[in-house]
Amino acid sequence: MQYLVSVITDQPGLATPEEQAAITAFNTRLKADGNWVFAAGLAGPDLSTVIDNRGADAVVTDGPFLESKEFLIGFWVMEAPDLDAVLELAAAGSKACNRKLEVRPIL
Amino acid sequence: MNAANAANTANTVNAPGAPDPSDTTDAAAALARAHSEDWARVVAALAKRFGDLDVAEEAAAEAFATAVERWPAHGVPPNPGAWLTTTAHNKAVDRLRRESKRDQKHKEAQMWNDAPQEPVGVVEDERLRLIFTCAHPALAMDARVALTLRMLGGLTVAEIARAFLVTEAAMGRRITRAKSKIKVARIPYRVPAAEDLPRRVSGVLAVLFLVFNEGYLATGPDTDPLRPALTAEAIRLTRLIRTLLPHDGEVTGLLALMLLTEARQKARVSATGELVTLGEQDRGSWDAALIAEGHRLVRERLDSGAAPGRYQLLAAINAVHTSARDVRDTDWSQVVALYDQLVRVDPSPVVALNRAIAVAELDGPDVALAAVDRLSEQLAGYHLFHATRADLLRRLGRSEEARAAYDRALELAGNPGEIAHLTRRRDQLN
Repeated sequence: MQYLVSVITDQPGLATPEEQAAITAFNTRLKADGNWVFAAGLAGPDLSTVIDNRGADAVVTDGPFLESKEFLIGFWVMEAPDLDAVLELAAAGSKACNRKLEVRPIL
Repeated sequence: MNAANAANTANTVNAPGAPDPSDTTDAAAALARAHSEDWARVVAALAKRFGDLDVAEEAAAEAFATAVERWPAHGVPPNPGAWLTTTAHNKAVDRLRRESKRDQKHKEAQMWNDAPQEPVGVVEDERLRLIFTCAHPALAMDARVALTLRMLGGLTVAEIARAFLVTEAAMGRRITRAKSKIKVARIPYRVPAAEDLPRRVSGVLAVLFLVFNEGYLATGPDTDPLRPALTAEAIRLTRLIRTLLPHDGEVTGLLALMLLTEARQKARVSATGELVTLGEQDRGSWDAALIAEGHRLVRERLDSGAAPGRYQLLAAINAVHTSARDVRDTDWSQVVALYDQLVRVDPSPVVALNRAIAVAELDGPDVALAAVDRLSEQLAGYHLFHATRADLLRRLGRSEEARAAYDRALELAGNPGEIAHLTRRRDQLN
């Protein structure tokens, strides 16, 4: 079973060198234990572009589709047998990247 | 579903002490007893077998409905629990066939059902798995409470809705959403690992304590008669968990706390619906059997020599209170010493407030008032903070300040029995 583990923050800016080192170590562990599917860091919402092509023309707008104080700054896709297992991984991941995580099942 | 409701109603009215079905032909009593003893066992066994709480719950309800129809006419089966489990199992299989989702469901069941097939209903700790699933920390607290009452307690959705003063539709949605999260996010159906157990047990106990308090605190002239049934249900489920986890001190502590609180229930509300404080209660109307059992459990924990947790300390405090035949005989130094221990385990301002109330009896209301006033910032919105201040000020003869504090407490209080008590006290000021 796969879960999307989103990294939530209210602070723009990249991970510090210490955080980056901890994230790398955490990712190495995920790969070794077979929990790794994919992960990526994202640019901030100020660099996002929204496109809506449901109508006649594709409408392009600058900025995030939802303005909020907290935003998505990265994510993992993890393989885990159940919610308890992925929550345990996410607890370690939250410590490593020093940010809040949200766990959602992938259908 | 009406028949299932009838079984539940019989259970609510007649839960403990129903006669042994082998000694009676009274099918209603046998049903009430089976519902109280076997509901959780049937749901747990089916949840394990089919890997789906929805299927387990509906099949259990259908089996009890069938019993309501059959037992009065055909007699009570020799082993009602086994009959119900088998019937529920067949209902679940029928339903899965009917929905022709058999392959998919069975595939899902396989993922949960990693243990070899055991005879249904034999494995005792299946109820324990069910408890930890229903009280999982990934579910919202109100959902945990509702799910525990439905799956373990066997209360109907309508009964739970009435007890928590929400519509049946809203409660139905709450339970459906929780079941759906368990299934889709795959909340596991198992007892947590040893290192997680204390934390997870404390989550289960928090659910049961909330159920108990919901029934206890809101008791008053205008509240639904089902609310006191919540205290009985909380006690029943805590007893069940104690059977399953007999060596957990906090489980025993919580059970003792509930019993010693429940024992004073009758004395707590006057004939006119006014709340009666501990000092003014008619101690003769306390339930001696519940107190004896509560004291026995507290002694058991003391004898263990293990460091007590929050519930054990609260139970010990209640044991001191219920040991005094007259409020003047209360061992206040013992109560304060226990509160000192409790403050170390749980340094919340509400505990500090309760400690101050005991300090008033030991060292006088002036010492207590100084302690209470230190909490004014944290507890400004809590009616019992102002009620406690009002009482201490009254005892110190500071009537004007007492009146203002009673007024503030009355603005914040919600329970009609408490309002009646505070109003009378305020109006007695000269």
